[in-house]
Amino acid sequence: MKYSEKVMDHFTNPRNVGEIENADGVGVVGNAKCGDIMKMYLKIDDNGVITDCKFKTFGCGAAIATSSMATELVKGHTVEEALKLTNKAVVEALDGLPPVKVHCSVLAEEAIKTAVADYYNKIGKPVDFEIEKSHEEE
Amino acid sequence: MKRFVYADNAATTPVSREVIEAMTPIFETSWGNPSSLHEKGREAKDILDDARERIAKVFNCDSSEIYFTSCGTESDNWAIRGAAMRMKAKGKTHIVTSAIEHHAVLHTCKALEKEGFTVDYVGVDADGIVNLDELRSLVTEKTALVTVMYANNEVGTIEPIEEIVEIAHAKGALMFTDAVQAVGNVDIDLSKLKVDMLSLSGHKIHAPKGIGMLYIRKGVVINNLIEGGGQERRKRAGTENLPYIVGLCRALEIAKENLPELDEVAKKRDRLIEGLTKIPYSKLNGHRTLRLAGNANVGFEFIEGESLLLWLDIAGICASTGSACSTASLEPSHVLIAMGVPHEKAHGSLRLTISRETTDEDIDYIIENVTSVVEKLRNMSPLWEDVVKREQTV
Repeated sequence: MKYSEKVMDHFTNPRNVGEIENADGVGVVGNAKCGDIMKMYLKIDDNGVITDCKFKTFGCGAAIATSSMATELVKGHTVEEALKLTNKAVVEALDGLPPVKVHCSVLAEEAIKTAVADYYNKIGKPVDFEIEKSHEEE
Repeated sequence: MKRFVYADNAATTPVSREVIEAMTPIFETSWGNPSSLHEKGREAKDILDDARERIAKVFNCDSSEIYFTSCGTESDNWAIRGAAMRMKAKGKTHIVTSAIEHHAVLHTCKALEKEGFTVDYVGVDADGIVNLDELRSLVTEKTALVTVMYANNEVGTIEPIEEIVEIAHAKGALMFTDAVQAVGNVDIDLSKLKVDMLSLSGHKIHAPKGIGMLYIRKGVVINNLIEGGGQERRKRAGTENLPYIVGLCRALEIAKENLPELDEVAKKRDRLIEGLTKIPYSKLNGHRTLRLAGNANVGFEFIEGESLLLWLDIAGICASTGSACSTASLEPSHVLIAMGVPHEKAHGSLRLTISRETTDEDIDYIIENVTSVVEKLRNMSPLWEDVVKREQTV
């Protein structure tokens, strides 16, 4: 198994690692049993623009790289645009992932959506989209 | 400065200079087929016989008890399937193995289950030692074969093979041990150890990949796995891989000569274990003393093994993990799970397998790098964040 240079770049120099105090939206997906947990923090301004996005991830190289790439892809965009982020877009931005690691990109997409849902709940907006939750514990 | 430290000797070993030197004349000069009647064939046959005799001396057994195969996996498949099929004719269709076997054994047993055999998997304790009382209760007069590894490839635990042999034989079952990891690490005297079959692999002891061996005790008959020409006394067909057989022979002799040096390897291993378990929230996997001289397997909580390996690889350290993320299965190590290690902790395991070549500086370099990588990964782990917050409130 071999990772692309882009994946290794985002793994060794992950962008936006950390926490945001008083974040407007926080999303946690995955579970330790499966070996991946992603936690996404969003700072959103009055116009619905994601002004900051940070993450913490427990997981493999692909889990860390997809988290990092996902934060890059949503930062500076509106929450509506962030909701359109697909795992496929994350994979493409990373110049591909080994087939067994594609689930990590799905997790990254879910983490962003879960954080947005948390934001919607906070501002009293109905959550009108679905989140797959592929890694939920039974 | 970046070093290169190979600490994955349980995966494979480099072929030693002496082994290459032993094999070279076979490629260059004695390339005949041992089955040929002519001069070139006879020359090859003499070399084959000599290698078999010398290996018999290493194990204190008879040369007629040694069969060459293509690898450890073939030896395991042959021993288990061959014995199972032979004993089936006697009405025995029950097999007992352990939960921590190599997949070459486990998957062969699984395949036999589909073919009508009943297989029981004896459990292990937290150190990876087979539960002998449970084994005693599982082995009955219906048991065809007991197959338990000599030493575990992941956690390095050495099993009480002599006692397991007694339990198997008390009920008339055959006893096979996969000794792929043990050979070269443990002095095996087959005049004393009463196993019926024992498998080994060349590439774990500085011989090439593609050569294995199965010992079958005189008087024990098992069915063939590979049919064809009459090689290996009609038990294992296929033209003998003479250069590799000679390489295996030399590697086994050297491994035996080097057994006294294992104390030095074990000292380095202990220093490695000591250094790694100083890291908070870490734990040694496997038995503290009944373990292979070169094996250190340590679990680190709140991080995942593949990330750890990738960083170590960047630092020039070759290691291995029991994390699911390093395989296609998404299931963490069956060995750690059988030992009762929770899934989330099994994901953070690191296996380092050192050799005589590993230096004290290498050990320091590994400890230093693992310590800093674990810290780096924990700092970006949401699980660690919770631990830090918990500790702050205490």
